[in-house]
Amino acid sequence: MRDAVTNRFKVIGTRSVRPDGIEKVTGQANYGADYSLPGMLWAKVLRSPHAHARITSIDLSAALAMPGVHAAITSDVFPDLKAGMEDSGEGEVDFHDLSCNVMARDKVLYHGHAVAAVAATSERIAEQALAAIKVDYEVLPHVVDIGVAMAADAPVLHQDMFTVGLAEPAAAPSNIASRSEISQGDLAAGFAQADIIVERSYRIPTAHQGYIEPHACVVSVNQDGQVDIWASSQGHFMVRDYTSKVLGVAVGSIKVTPAEIGGGFGGKTTVYLEPVAAALSARSGRPVKMVMTREEVFRATGPAAAGIVNVRIGARDDGKLTAMDSEVILDAGAYKGSPAATGARCMYAPYNCDNRRTVALDVVTNTAKTAAYRAPGAPQAHLGVECVLNEIADSLDIDPIDLRLLNAVDEGDRAFFGAKYRAIGLKQTLEAAKAHPNYHRPLANGQGRGVAVGFWFNFGLQSSATINVHEGGTVAVITGNPDIGGSRASMALMAAEALGVPLETIKPHIADTESVGYNDLTGGSRTTFASGWAVINAAEKIVESCRQRAAALWEVDVETVSWADGAAVCAGHDPLTLAQLAAKADVTGGPLTASASLNAKGAGPGFAVSLCDVSVDRDTGKVDIISFTALQDVGKAIHPGYVEGQMEGGAVQGIGWALNEEYIFDSQGRLENPGFLDYRMPVASDLPMIDTVIIECPNPGHPYGVRGVGEPPICAPMPAVTTAVNHAIGAHLTTLPLTPERVLAALDSL
Amino acid sequence: MTVSRFYSPQSIAEATAILRQQSGCQVLAGGTDLLVQMRNGVKQPEYIVDIKEIPGIRDVTLTNQGLTLGAAAPAQSVTERPDIAAAYPGLVEAIDMIGSTQIQGRCSVGGNLCNASPAADTVPALIAVGAVCHVVGGEGVRQVRVEDFNTGPGENCLKRDELLISLFIPRPGVGSADAYLRFTPRTEMDIAVVGAGVSLSLDPMGTVSAARVAIGAAAPTALLVEEAAAAIIGTTLEESALAALAAAAGAAASPISDKRGSAGYRTKVVGVMARRAAQIACDRAQQRQRRAH
Amino acid sequence: MAIHVTTSINAEPVEFLCEADDTLVHVLRDTLNLTGTKEGCSTGDCGACTIVLDGRLACSCLVLGVEAEGKSIETIEGVATPGALHAVQQSLLDHAGLQCGICTPGIVVAARALLERNADPSEEEVRYWLAGNLCRCTGYDKIIRAVLAAAQDLREAAS
Repeated sequence: MRDAVTNRFKVIGTRSVRPDGIEKVTGQANYGADYSLPGMLWAKVLRSPHAHARITSIDLSAALAMPGVHAAITSDVFPDLKAGMEDSGEGEVDFHDLSCNVMARDKVLYHGHAVAAVAATSERIAEQALAAIKVDYEVLPHVVDIGVAMAADAPVLHQDMFTVGLAEPAAAPSNIASRSEISQGDLAAGFAQADIIVERSYRIPTAHQGYIEPHACVVSVNQDGQVDIWASSQGHFMVRDYTSKVLGVAVGSIKVTPAEIGGGFGGKTTVYLEPVAAALSARSGRPVKMVMTREEVFRATGPAAAGIVNVRIGARDDGKLTAMDSEVILDAGAYKGSPAATGARCMYAPYNCDNRRTVALDVVTNTAKTAAYRAPGAPQAHLGVECVLNEIADSLDIDPIDLRLLNAVDEGDRAFFGAKYRAIGLKQTLEAAKAHPNYHRPLANGQGRGVAVGFWFNFGLQSSATINVHEGGTVAVITGNPDIGGSRASMALMAAEALGVPLETIKPHIADTESVGYNDLTGGSRTTFASGWAVINAAEKIVESCRQRAAALWEVDVETVSWADGAAVCAGHDPLTLAQLAAKADVTGGPLTASASLNAKGAGPGFAVSLCDVSVDRDTGKVDIISFTALQDVGKAIHPGYVEGQMEGGAVQGIGWALNEEYIFDSQGRLENPGFLDYRMPVASDLPMIDTVIIECPNPGHPYGVRGVGEPPICAPMPAVTTAVNHAIGAHLTTLPLTPERVLAALDSL
Repeated sequence: MTVSRFYSPQSIAEATAILRQQSGCQVLAGGTDLLVQMRNGVKQPEYIVDIKEIPGIRDVTLTNQGLTLGAAAPAQSVTERPDIAAAYPGLVEAIDMIGSTQIQGRCSVGGNLCNASPAADTVPALIAVGAVCHVVGGEGVRQVRVEDFNTGPGENCLKRDELLISLFIPRPGVGSADAYLRFTPRTEMDIAVVGAGVSLSLDPMGTVSAARVAIGAAAPTALLVEEAAAAIIGTTLEESALAALAAAAGAAASPISDKRGSAGYRTKVVGVMARRAAQIACDRAQQRQRRAH
Repeated sequence: MAIHVTTSINAEPVEFLCEADDTLVHVLRDTLNLTGTKEGCSTGDCGACTIVLDGRLACSCLVLGVEAEGKSIETIEGVATPGALHAVQQSLLDHAGLQCGICTPGIVVAARALLERNADPSEEEVRYWLAGNLCRCTGYDKIIRAVLAAAQDLREAAS
């Protein structure tokens, strides 16, 4: 399979210009906030000024009386949904919680929690009307830190939340939503075999995905109840389904047209605005537009979970791991559902070890409900394990890559999370890292190097595609996943490859929810894998139909007709190209079109390695990244440029989270840095070029060998950077971000 | 935001008349601070008085006597002038640190000063080079030294009908040079955690004969630290002198702890910035001396 | 009370009405439907709304609409000619210098302004010039390479 896969491609693996590129470099592409409708109103959301409070009353009357105000709502307009987890297609969602997060009922649980909304003829009037809404609150004690939230005397957010997963049922409500544990072997015996045991506790701050496009939508509700939504999201079918739940409206009454999405990274995998805009549109009879401010994005959309990761690992003198024990505690924000268990399942995935355990705790706090952020839970969990492995390597005087190679999983090994690995490229990736010139660059005084591994399962799930061949032979490839980072290019490349036609003849489109079969959202790195597979299947149906049509035209048996270079071929006949066959479609059975849908299995796990060199200013504690190398097994790089782009972008997000990015709360639980000035994402001048190395160990579970690419890049940078800083200064920093102040304090305490 | 009127006076007299006649006026130059403050509700002016159309207020003039910066001259109109950077390298570095390239096209040194942020980058640099403000109001003209201009965070000495028109910075002598350094976690787009501006003069033997040291983000306003200058005057910036300079800068600091840094960290690092800036200024002064020979 | 403003956008005479405190990005996007200019932060920190105002770069979220009176504004919509992309635009496409594309209009306007001033910038000069243009997708690598390549293309075309 491997050789066949890597050698057989004509267009896959080329660095073609993306089909949607011109619209995006000229400003023609329409993102969420770029849509307008005639007669449109603007809506704004009134948000809680308190981190935790009971709402005693809301009076909308003064707002409603203002000229230009057409509708105002509270959560009263939404059905009170039953609590409990429901399958949403990608993971489970509690729609009661989701509805309460869209607009608070009874209590506000974080500063910025939506309380009411107003639609008016202008944004200005809507803002003024918000000021006229009277809300009475009974302020309650709050907690924003997960460590504090777990304490017995902490303010409890949800009186009906009893920890799930305990050996004995919980006697009292608490902020710990669930506890889950996975164990293998005999931990005590494993630690008894160890020659060295290292134990550390790591703290990771809340970080935001930091997409540049704020959430935005336009919604129009007709008199007959038909809801039309134009929105930027990671999945317009998700927007349809979630909005349907929150509104209590049938899925069939909602059509969602995807806008271009200006970044998501997991943060646009739920709804905040669309149900609100729909409710306001239904009441006003006018289309309603909503665009979040940057401050709203920081305060009230889902950032990545803060975490506490406790790790204890034992190894023999030769580096063989004997026992691994960890606790992953992640902050869900105001409602349960942090990715603690997911992260815990990733952290051991790269290694074999007979005796190990993870405990995952899902904890709620008075902060915005967290959302996915690239490999949700994995970067936090990997930080702990990878830093401790580096410390073991240092203590044993073993090269940290050798230590990992000694313990690395390979084909046939059973993963910690249960599955048996098929072909994987972890060892190849580690070997490539070890051979890389950046790993051998001499380090100057004050510099340090760190290496780390990252893992993500990758997702398959449901995808659909339709291919229409036009007269003239051009091809429309229609899929239903928002193109977040160049996936149209991947779809076009795969369709061209499967059809054997020139890439320029392919026009990829992202269709609305009525115009293509169902698609789970763009996330978990599933789009190129699963939607690409649907495209391949649809293309193969086109090829099959073309062979049949050619056979009919030639009056030969279809088995004698083959397909080569975009044409039907049969001995004794001139080949019939796709264009020629399309021109004869009317006499060979009608339009040349095919659709394919699948629930894709076999997503190949992805492994990445980060190498990082830093230099530290010993007088100020400032850390500079002087070299960063991202290596990753991507299965097959459909478009190497956009694959590298995922690796580079993930690396820089990880660097930012390691060094500067964090949510800072004041004593009242208010976010102090809800803007790009003080939420310090890396800027261009902070960084060197990111060196990338693509490893291609084809995924045997995909026709073209594809693995997801977008998640592993953010898993390894945090431990690589942290280790590099610790090596540079000879300390053991365990709290992120590694701000200059923290680094200087560590230097001063040496 | 509910601004009811926008004025664009064509002369200083017209501007000061508007300021005198109406309360609730806010002067607008580049707007890069003001529009953010209006957006987040920190400032809610009823009237905006855009001074950029006043003749000469965006002019930048370098003569043998010194540099005159029109109060509303965009930063970029200063930083793109190699002759100004050659004469006042530290000041130009400070100006170049305000925001991004986009901000540089709008923001002004005068605005940076009038906004009176304790962390403003240009203010310590201006103090170090002895800049003087030219202020015009209904009652006439007055000159204010930059170190006396700001009176607290967000507060300056201007009366309601007064306008900052320009800043004048005397030309440094042959053995003189300046430097400004700030500390920020990122390379760009940050507010100074602390900053330090130093100008100094060397005598022909290489001894510091005069110095001015100013620190930013370390007190309610940028401070001229005479003890820090005294620590290096008469020295050749040997280690003990630099250590004394850093200690004096730290001792003069009375910073707050906030999301950008603790008081302790600021106190420590302001000394680091001051000594590094002094060393750079000294190196530049030496280069000038060598070039003059 | 609305104010009448006469200005020039991409060399076209334009008139509009705005309130005294309306920002230029609001006027461009919501009044004039020039939605190529993006609004990412409204505080001058992201650069998505970058325009050229009388020859200098500016964040249009930090300019008032009324300040456009008598001025000359260039936006992303005016960068390409009907027949051809600007070298920076083409280079971004050739180097995969965009992923989601929301920062791209601002990057294009800012990078073009750099190359008009400096035909042969160093990597460091490009990085500092673009420090006010946040990109969260790419890690900047391919953007920087694309701008350096565009500079070379323009130099070769000029020689």
